[in-house]
Amino acid sequence: MNKLRNLAELSNLKERVRSKTRFTDKIKDSGQPVQIRVAMATCSIASGSRETMNYIVDELDKRNVDATVTQTGCMGYCYAEPTIEVTLPDQEPVLFGYVDVKKADEIIEKYIKSGILVDGIIPVNYKRIDE
Amino acid sequence: MADFKIHLLVCGGTKCRSSLSTILTEQLRTEIKNQGLDDYAQVVTTGCFGFCEKGPVIKIIPDHTIYTKVKPDDAEEIVTEHIVKVRKVNRLLYKDPKTDKIITDARGMEIYKKQIRIALRNCGMIDPESIEEYVARDGYAALGKALTSMTPEETIQVIKLSGLRGRGGAGFLTGLKWELTRQTHGDEKYVVCNADEGDPGAFMDRSILEGDPHSVIEAMAINGYCTGASQGLVYIRAEYPLAIERLKKAIQQAREYGMLGEDIFSTGFNFDISIRYGAGAFVCGEETALIHSMEGGRGEPTMKPPFPSVKGYLGKPTNVNNVETLANVPVIINKGHEWFSSIGTERSKGTKVFALAGKVNNVGLIEVPMGITLREVIFEIGGGIKNDKKFKGIQIGGPSGGCLTEKHLDVPIDYDSLVDAGAMMGSGGMIIMDEDDCMVDVAKYFLDFTVDESCGKCTPCRIGNKRLHELLVNITKGNGTEEDIERLINLASVIKDTSLCMLGQSAPNPVLSTLENFREEYHTHIHDKKCPAGVCKDLMKYEIVPENCVGCTACARACPVGAITGERKEIHIIDQSLCIKCGACMDRCKFNAVIIN
Amino acid sequence: MEMVTLTIDDKAVEVPKGTTIYKAAKKAGIEIPVLCYMDLGDLNIEHKPGGCRICVVEVEGRRNLAPSCSTEVYEGMQVHTHTIRVLNARQTIMELLLSDHPKDCLICPKSGNCDLQNMAIKMGVREIHNQDIAEVSTYRTDFSPAIIRDMNKCIMCRRCETMCNEFQTVGALSAINRGFMSVVAPAFEMDLEDSVCTYCGQCVAVCPTGALTEVDHTHRLIRDLSNPSKTVIVQTAPAVRAALGEAFGLPPGTLVTGKMAAALRRLGFKYVFDTDFSADLTIMEEGAELLDRLTRHLKGDKTVRLPILTSCCPSWVNFFEAQFPDMLDIPSTARSPQQMFGAIAKTYFADKIKVKRDHLVVVSIMPCLAKKYECTRDEFKVDGNPDVDYSISTRELAHLIKQANIDFHTLPDEEFDLPLGESTGAGVIFGATGGVIEAAIRTAYELYTNKKLPRIDFQELRGMDGIREAVIDFDGLPLNIGIAHGLGNARKLLEDIRSGKNSYHAIEIMACPGGCIGGGGQPLHHGNFSILKKRMEAIYREDAAKSIRKSHENPYIIKLYEEFLGKPMSEKSHKLLHTHYVDKSKKIIYI
Repeated sequence: MNKLRNLAELSNLKERVRSKTRFTDKIKDSGQPVQIRVAMATCSIASGSRETMNYIVDELDKRNVDATVTQTGCMGYCYAEPTIEVTLPDQEPVLFGYVDVKKADEIIEKYIKSGILVDGIIPVNYKRIDE
Repeated sequence: MADFKIHLLVCGGTKCRSSLSTILTEQLRTEIKNQGLDDYAQVVTTGCFGFCEKGPVIKIIPDHTIYTKVKPDDAEEIVTEHIVKVRKVNRLLYKDPKTDKIITDARGMEIYKKQIRIALRNCGMIDPESIEEYVARDGYAALGKALTSMTPEETIQVIKLSGLRGRGGAGFLTGLKWELTRQTHGDEKYVVCNADEGDPGAFMDRSILEGDPHSVIEAMAINGYCTGASQGLVYIRAEYPLAIERLKKAIQQAREYGMLGEDIFSTGFNFDISIRYGAGAFVCGEETALIHSMEGGRGEPTMKPPFPSVKGYLGKPTNVNNVETLANVPVIINKGHEWFSSIGTERSKGTKVFALAGKVNNVGLIEVPMGITLREVIFEIGGGIKNDKKFKGIQIGGPSGGCLTEKHLDVPIDYDSLVDAGAMMGSGGMIIMDEDDCMVDVAKYFLDFTVDESCGKCTPCRIGNKRLHELLVNITKGNGTEEDIERLINLASVIKDTSLCMLGQSAPNPVLSTLENFREEYHTHIHDKKCPAGVCKDLMKYEIVPENCVGCTACARACPVGAITGERKEIHIIDQSLCIKCGACMDRCKFNAVIIN
Repeated sequence: MEMVTLTIDDKAVEVPKGTTIYKAAKKAGIEIPVLCYMDLGDLNIEHKPGGCRICVVEVEGRRNLAPSCSTEVYEGMQVHTHTIRVLNARQTIMELLLSDHPKDCLICPKSGNCDLQNMAIKMGVREIHNQDIAEVSTYRTDFSPAIIRDMNKCIMCRRCETMCNEFQTVGALSAINRGFMSVVAPAFEMDLEDSVCTYCGQCVAVCPTGALTEVDHTHRLIRDLSNPSKTVIVQTAPAVRAALGEAFGLPPGTLVTGKMAAALRRLGFKYVFDTDFSADLTIMEEGAELLDRLTRHLKGDKTVRLPILTSCCPSWVNFFEAQFPDMLDIPSTARSPQQMFGAIAKTYFADKIKVKRDHLVVVSIMPCLAKKYECTRDEFKVDGNPDVDYSISTRELAHLIKQANIDFHTLPDEEFDLPLGESTGAGVIFGATGGVIEAAIRTAYELYTNKKLPRIDFQELRGMDGIREAVIDFDGLPLNIGIAHGLGNARKLLEDIRSGKNSYHAIEIMACPGGCIGGGGQPLHHGNFSILKKRMEAIYREDAAKSIRKSHENPYIIKLYEEFLGKPMSEKSHKLLHTHYVDKSKKIIYI
């Protein structure tokens, strides 16, 4: 990897990553596949998020769903771990709590494949600094 | 395939469920079915909206309408009006108490978003193992900005003007600390990140390092630039393996991308970071003890002054900042001090991350602006007390903090107000207690922790806190006397007055604050030999009510120590001298014949 | 120097910036009570951990009380040293300390000389509240050949740590455990005997309580003295006579050689001898070894290593055996005076008085605790019977004299017995730092040059500086001498030798400050160097008063060689008066 030698290079990298990764503050991106983030902090892993993540990765593959799955840190909803965030194309991200394997299956089948919301959504209750 | 056009999100938070949101959900589903809207609208239950005061709450997608205080009977009207006729049900809309305006679109209704995420801005958002995702979220822009367009003095000035104070507990002005370290002459200087998080139940530093390690690395580099240090050290407890792993990866990536190492951003600035492991001693969170531990010595504090800014690691000027403090720094540089200082109160700026724990529904990590009240945190963000029990107290500031009560619920959370109320900000532990918690036991619990974690260097902390703990144990055993209260107060005051470091000085706080706020509970333990909350086992007595006992022998069979005797169909008796107070008999009895006295 | 003015108890006082409240108060004539604090001014060690908190004072405008020993003054500071708040805090802290301390003062070896006891008296603690429910921290007692650690009595003042780590750089003691169970101990609470401890006894010398004490042999001595089948003889080290008087209220520096001999005789020793005699013998052997090595070195013999190091100090021997095992061939192989005395007493002298070895008990009076260990070493035993049976310290002797109801002050001055009681001035000065090397030079010069010494006093070798060096002219050959006292200073010299940085021919090392006069078995000097200086003056006074001041002129030494040993470094000498060293680093448990 080339080092970033100045602000311009940093800025280029930023734009390049933003064009292919969708963050919740930047939702209007068409043509992007489904994006799933799994909280993988110590508390999440203790609640079974590793199992959930493995399951999601395997199942999406089996069920031929085009999606990217990434790990992320603590989302703050410790009471509802494991938590995952699903962003469908042209949709606002939706956060689901208590996502065990069974719930993950439901989310894949209903929400990811058909856009039908399922129980267990966690409303985002904080402001972001970049909103 | 159903293609729902409308989603009704019904809050399924514990608090809302208790105010009949479950029935409401059923009613809504029935109503939708009755009106033949099965393929058009869908009812979904969600987690807590953090708006529990106004529950049950319904949010309707896609128009972002929020209805509050919805009753099951309102289901029909909502379906008929909102879904069929596309007219909002005005009487259920939320009215902003400040402006009296009716809020029709929840997106304009920031009121229920009590939290602002600054330190946690990237946690749960980016892949912590990807420096590129961090960069995509303005990562390393602050370092670049400081290095290329600001002098160290200017950068320090921004931090000073922002009003950022240390998030580790004491609340020292961060900018001032940086300035002191900068002004001290030294051939070598160090910046240290204090990641020796030790408060029971607190885990914000771990979460930040696990979720956004680069924010800390970037801040340390900025700190190095400002203070004149070229070496950074992260002192992290070895019990945080995941945080360590992610931090290591992040440091490696930062080196690969030139954000650490030599000639950063082609400015000639060199800075690198290494990791030091702590063995998890609470006292090593104290900065002088931390430095001794890093040097390979015994982790115990020494007198200040000299402060680490003057004489720290290896005798060199050293700037020690906590993880959360550092995580704020890049944002302040990027967005300016005015932006940061617009959040919070007069003397406490920005936000504070808390680990909400105990008898509250929404246990978790929250970040709130300074000045928010305890009531908002507990009853809105926290979703209220579990199982609808009565709120009793909140321990803020970990074992060094104080226990606040009902009467403090409207105290704004900031450094000074909390101290005035008898607690302290601490590093961010918040433990909520309900009517089932015994406050003498709570004080005993926290003291037990500090007794265990004392380094043993000074007399008042080593022996004094131990004696304080013994007095509490004695009271919970029913052997306390009125003089013990006097003794507790005198001993606690002397310990506060004479201990060497903050650990010892603040250790008696839980005792003093519970004595202040729950004196009658101490009296009940001492005079009536009773524990009102039913926690102190030695003061509890399981008894069988003769009127209710049918002589089924279930309790006798359940008793692990054979303390219950009685023939079949005759009244049973518990031998108090044998009873170990496990409660098995009470669990087993179907006739409510076993009671606690 | 920048000066600061402050008021203490409404008294204005001006002190240099950086002064502590405690020292400023002292200047103003106000003595703030201290317990863990220890000022070894001349050693440049001020131990002020701020741990005990007895010395707290009230400072106006400050939230909590300030430990006066470690809080620096500032301009305009207003200090109050005896407000109710302060007195209550001090008394409460004292009560806390006592609540975790055994109350067996009546049988404690430190009783009457205990800082904690004195402070308790001063604070007037009359009751320890809730003692019935108070847990008391307990630890197993650690018995070593020289020092007993009874950590139940430790108050965590950490003075011993400072002596062991900062002054001696031995590193045997440090605080372990946390909170209530924290205590000073060797790593992992191993026995002192398995640690790097050298038994220098400096920890014992500064311990404020009975936590660290010497192994007490006085009862054993009384038993032996009362046993008619045993002949009990005694040797007394040079430094004892310069300090014993202090235990009887005499001013430091009072020489009590004659009274000491009289007291020992009254205690029942059959013969009262002087270690100074064997010090002269040591010079004969060590001097001969020095000349041998020097001559061979000058002739170009590459197998000879220089410098030669003295080996009289058993603590020093332990130190290099444990920490410098690569340099075991440098020190002189000559045994210490204590051991030479034992070897001669149980052979030459036993034959003379026709007492069997088993029936002869050789006791030594030493200013030292390491000597207790030294006489237990296997090298110094014949068929399991030690050359010196046991050693008692100056403090134990003082106790014994008091116990025997002997009025020390009215005792006449008596002489030592012959033949092992005759000594020269050279033997006397062994007690002070620089003395051994000076004594060696007095003899080696004359033997090497075959000329009479132009002067006897070598002022350039004397003094209290931690490391000293001098060049002595050996009739055209400049001899480079190094001297160190305190093992921390010794370490510096040794490291320089290891790295080839110095070119000394001979080095004298003593483990204790000031040499044996500051030994771990002496009456406590509490770090007051003026006492050590007085003892040193006494030693040189006795030397100057001697008619014979060179070891090789001691008539009984000459006779001993004629009758028994032959000549220095003879086969018999080697067997009886020389030793070898072992690599103790292998024995010590390093984790």
